[in-house]
Amino acid sequence: MSTDPQTAEAPLGITPSQTIGPFFAYALTPCAYGGSELATGTVAAEGVAGERIRIAGTVYDGDGAPVGDAMLETWQADAQGRYNAVGNAGFTGFGRVETTVEGAFQIETIRPGPVAAPDGTMQAPHLSLSVFARGILTRLTTRIYFEGEAANAADPVLALVPADRRHTLIATREADGSFRFDIHLQGQDETVFFAA
Amino acid sequence: MSLIYPRESLAAHPANASPAYGSTVKRAPSKPLILLPHTLSETTGPVFGHAAVAAGDCDLTRQHVGEPLGERIIVSGRVLDEDGRPVPHTLIEIWQANAGGRYVHVRDQHPAPLDPNFTGAGRALTDAEGRYRFVTVKPGAYPWRNHHNAWRPAHIHFSLFGPSFLSRVITQMYFPGDPLFKYDPIFQSITDAQVRERLVSRFDLATTEPEWALGYQFDIVLRGRNATPVEEPHEH
Ligand SMILES: [Fe+3]
Repeated sequence: MSTDPQTAEAPLGITPSQTIGPFFAYALTPCAYGGSELATGTVAAEGVAGERIRIAGTVYDGDGAPVGDAMLETWQADAQGRYNAVGNAGFTGFGRVETTVEGAFQIETIRPGPVAAPDGTMQAPHLSLSVFARGILTRLTTRIYFEGEAANAADPVLALVPADRRHTLIATREADGSFRFDIHLQGQDETVFFAA
Repeated sequence: MSLIYPRESLAAHPANASPAYGSTVKRAPSKPLILLPHTLSETTGPVFGHAAVAAGDCDLTRQHVGEPLGERIIVSGRVLDEDGRPVPHTLIEIWQANAGGRYVHVRDQHPAPLDPNFTGAGRALTDAEGRYRFVTVKPGAYPWRNHHNAWRPAHIHFSLFGPSFLSRVITQMYFPGDPLFKYDPIFQSITDAQVRERLVSRFDLATTEPEWALGYQFDIVLRGRNATPVEEPHEH
């Protein structure tokens, strides 16, 4: 097998995924262990431009039981719809949280701006989300959209989702102004997951 | 340089519905996955620099006052893309059980001793050639309750980001010749034996340091190919 790009003919096989298992916290979300965190549920520091929002929810399994040992990672554009923008101090766009024993999580961030799709149209504001947990062998990926966004109607990814399942990708407004996004790994109201 | 991410590569990953691994039964989606186009949201990803890694994070044997018990090992290798090009300056996070097969995690109830000199968490950035190197101790096998007399083969958990959201992967590295492989539904969830072998590190005498530590090589291939690959011969 060649590692020289000049002579590489067939792609190398990728390294397959394995479950994160139940015991990742002291390495990946080590706050409770006194470790330094790579990222937290606070995606945007105070003062970052944009509308500050909170997204909270619970992860459920196929029995409706809370998943208390999941890790969620979020990835998003800034308020102007830019990824990895230079000079936007206090904002990396990346969040990482462990669910509580009750399966709950919370992300503090700013509402992302619209992002261009490959065909030049615009995608509605959204976060990309990865779900890792014991019992999940290969990361589950989904997106978080926002209730009340007019742009949702023209979003090219939402359009790929059967109409009766689209609501599973849309965070709903709570009375206190925060957004709620529950994740159902399996079952009646199963969240739409993507093959990316 | 922009990368493309062929979807055929995804076939390497284990199916989430793998019932021999009991925890998948209520956690695997039952509905088909929807094909997601690769937009900017997928082809970008977080970038971690030297601020994410402290000096000593790659030596798990030097994080406490004393040295941990167990067989000292060096685990090194390269991170490559699907064209075999190195993935430079990318973050690797690892975690593992101690030599007795016990994690420091609060919920690990395996009645094996904790080691006050071992936490089992490390980080490293690959260098310009995609190389990384960890010093640690060989983790012990440990029991779990998946089925009667279930034991996990010794493994180190690896987490990598690579260039984008699409290259993100969490996996496990195993050790060559482990007799537990054939009984482990997590390892066996990868049904293709050749693909499974990609998770087995290779003992390497050249990596081994005399009088000090055994060496293992473990290369990792992340998703991503050159957007303009050299012309390939067509099959007829
Ligand atoms: Fe493990």
